Amino acid sequence: MNNMDINVQWVFTSMALLGLASGMIGTFVLLKKQSLIGDAMAHAALPGICIAFLLYGQKSLLFFFIGAACSGYVATACIQFIVKHTRIKEDAAIGIVLSVFFGLGIVLLTWINQHEGGNQSGINDFLFGKAASLTGSDVNVLAVTTIIMIIITSVFFKEFKIITFDRAFAQGIGVPVSLLNGVLMFLIVSVVVVGLQAVGVVLMSALLITPALAARYWTEKLEWMTLLAGVFGALSGVAGAYVSLIAYVPTGPLVIIFATALFLFSFLFAPKRGLCSKIIRRHVERKKLRVKQLMYERGEQL
Amino acid sequence: MNPLVVDQMTVAYDRQLVLEDVSFSVPEGKLVGIIGPNGAGKSTLMKAMLNFIPRMHGNVFVYGQPYEKQRHLVGYVPQRNSVDWDFPTNALDVVLMGRYGHIGLWKRPRKEDVEIAMQCLDKVGMLPYAKRQISQLSGGQQQRVFLARALAQDASIYLMDEPFVGVDAATEKAIIQLLNELKTRGKTVLVVHHDLQTVRDYFDYVLLLNKRVIAFGETERTFTYDHIQNTYGGKVTFLSATHIVG
Repeated sequence: MNNMDINVQWVFTSMALLGLASGMIGTFVLLKKQSLIGDAMAHAALPGICIAFLLYGQKSLLFFFIGAACSGYVATACIQFIVKHTRIKEDAAIGIVLSVFFGLGIVLLTWINQHEGGNQSGINDFLFGKAASLTGSDVNVLAVTTIIMIIITSVFFKEFKIITFDRAFAQGIGVPVSLLNGVLMFLIVSVVVVGLQAVGVVLMSALLITPALAARYWTEKLEWMTLLAGVFGALSGVAGAYVSLIAYVPTGPLVIIFATALFLFSFLFAPKRGLCSKIIRRHVERKKLRVKQLMYERGEQL
Repeated sequence: MNPLVVDQMTVAYDRQLVLEDVSFSVPEGKLVGIIGPNGAGKSTLMKAMLNFIPRMHGNVFVYGQPYEKQRHLVGYVPQRNSVDWDFPTNALDVVLMGRYGHIGLWKRPRKEDVEIAMQCLDKVGMLPYAKRQISQLSGGQQQRVFLARALAQDASIYLMDEPFVGVDAATEKAIIQLLNELKTRGKTVLVVHHDLQTVRDYFDYVLLLNKRVIAFGETERTFTYDHIQNTYGGKVTFLSATHIVG
């Protein structure tokens, strides 16, 4: 086996891990009804990454992470400020902040491309993602960080479950809710940031939400939902990276197309919750009712 | 020493006072109804006692110590509609959450936690529904699951926010039975309550609240026509005399 193959295998492995972590963490984001926050985080990461690039002069995951976390934090603070001090509701506030930060990011990105030799830096790939641009060390960082995230999510599973389902009750029994919320937020930012190069700013939040959404159709247990979302995320990640490598298309859109296909399949064909099974069930029930009605009418005549 | 003392509690939202100088002290083993019109601050009172929202002023003492040190002794039953019942979990799992404080961080529930949770489900008549997905339960059944969860917590003082709202007669009866059982076990229970007709039957003590404490004390003496009129701003006219002056 030559070097190239091994590298490609590593890219697939890291994409699988990224999808797994993303799906698992996304499950909690979805159930906390914070899907938009994930989106805001991903979009707000762009200016932070650009500023980190301008300050550091080259690509560095660590500095990108700090940059993205800072701008994500500022974005969250802006959203909270708007909600608290105006009559604007949270969804609108997120919409405003998300687009402003993204716009700022695009301006910075263009500037970098024109001035700092950015064309070679590969920072452009952060927009739509390019799995093929992952170098050996990128892949290592991606693999290690996602494994850590998967471990943290598993360790705090019970705690994440209770703060997601009933925050007030959790607080009442002494669960450190603010701390755990912070950990969860940190995980969201982390998975978004490490996924940016492979999947891109624009679509990273979809890799967070879509697999979880699909998984919800198959199970009524949070444990299975989390695991299944992880598997769906991993499948989408690997499939997207594979097609992206052979067809020279950005990875992000492909990953999302695969994730959405999984979602559509689940939406239509999942047992119990799926659309088809609902229609069939309704049909069967209507038939039963008709038979009952008929029997009743005959009984009346007798 | 009374198990629960609220001392001069004042709470404000956006510089507007919602609770003003609330003080009361509950003796052990009593059922206390918290009564007042919408917006009187009944839920806020509970949330402020539990530190969910900041108090501007005042203290809560649990068995003589500040609440912050005695958190584990206080169980809370939130309003049923405060959570998303489509959450992917079953009744037993929700009740198990009541054990999380005992289990501790990271650790998985032990066998005895599951057993306790099952017993608590049994006490509220929900054992047959242990594995039922929570969205498939009726409103009353959901409320009973919440109560079972509070029981599993094994607290000494319980704060219940409108447990009787939107439940069927069977559940109401089950809840009352449970409250009385808690009482005989020496637990102290505070219940936010809406139905003035049942106050006399259900509660030993009442707290009539409208931003301030209008009256607090034994139901017999405190739940009087004048006090109710004061609490509701003279708007209660439908009550028959038998419900008030027993």
